[in-house]
Amino acid sequence: MFARVLDAWSSSMLRLARSFVSTHASAEEVVQDTWLAVLKGLHGFEGRAAFRTWVYRILVSTAKKRGVREGRSLPWSSVAGPDDGPTVDPSRFRGPEDPYPGGWREFPPAWATPEEVALSTEIHTLLGEILDALPARQRAVLSLRDVSGHSAREVCELLEITPANQRVLLHRARAVVRERLAGYLASGVAHDVQ
Amino acid sequence: MTCSEFVELVTAYLEGDLDPGTGARFIEHLALCEGCERYLDQFRATIDRLGSLPEESLSEPARGALLDAFRDWQAR
Repeated sequence: MFARVLDAWSSSMLRLARSFVSTHASAEEVVQDTWLAVLKGLHGFEGRAAFRTWVYRILVSTAKKRGVREGRSLPWSSVAGPDDGPTVDPSRFRGPEDPYPGGWREFPPAWATPEEVALSTEIHTLLGEILDALPARQRAVLSLRDVSGHSAREVCELLEITPANQRVLLHRARAVVRERLAGYLASGVAHDVQ
Repeated sequence: MTCSEFVELVTAYLEGDLDPGTGARFIEHLALCEGCERYLDQFRATIDRLGSLPEESLSEPARGALLDAFRDWQAR
């Protein structure tokens, strides 16, 4: 039973931990420490929270502490900063003096179709780099939602954030990833790559 | 609705979180604007790509150590 839960949850736990710490090895230690803490506290678990929520909250607090030790600054609670402002460069849109203010100056370039893209491993490496560059909060939400497939409700519970905040973080992170992927997949560039 | 407004509502739209009035304006804009249709498609493609990342797993030693710890815990 324990092995099944361990294997089923490891990928999502590792990715969540990795939002706060600097290496995969470090994330792995966080997951280990989390399960050891879970076993230690299991007799005291009163079932007031769902088991998964309880485990993931231990994971987040363990990962945050370790992230701080590793010198990663974590503006987890700050609302301002990278989570504010437009998600698409305003210069992509027409200005207020234009007959069509707020319209695209140029449409986003089309992307290469999946068949035209050299290797999925190349895209995976690129996505890894993009995730590494995201602020911790955005990365945590994006990893849980889009990479690991948790529901919005679960993510709010696990990370103790409001639905509105969850959506903002998710949207910002997706917009960043789309923009970086566009640099790689927009047809002109993809031809250079091939 | 302008294109610069549209791009900020894409996740709320995909989550089904837009109020009916905004949802109707979003759909109306989408039907008329090729650029925003493409932006939405690329947003969806981005989500698909993220969902197709390979699973991560614990190393064998780490997994083994945890299974041992669980056995010890059960034996107590």
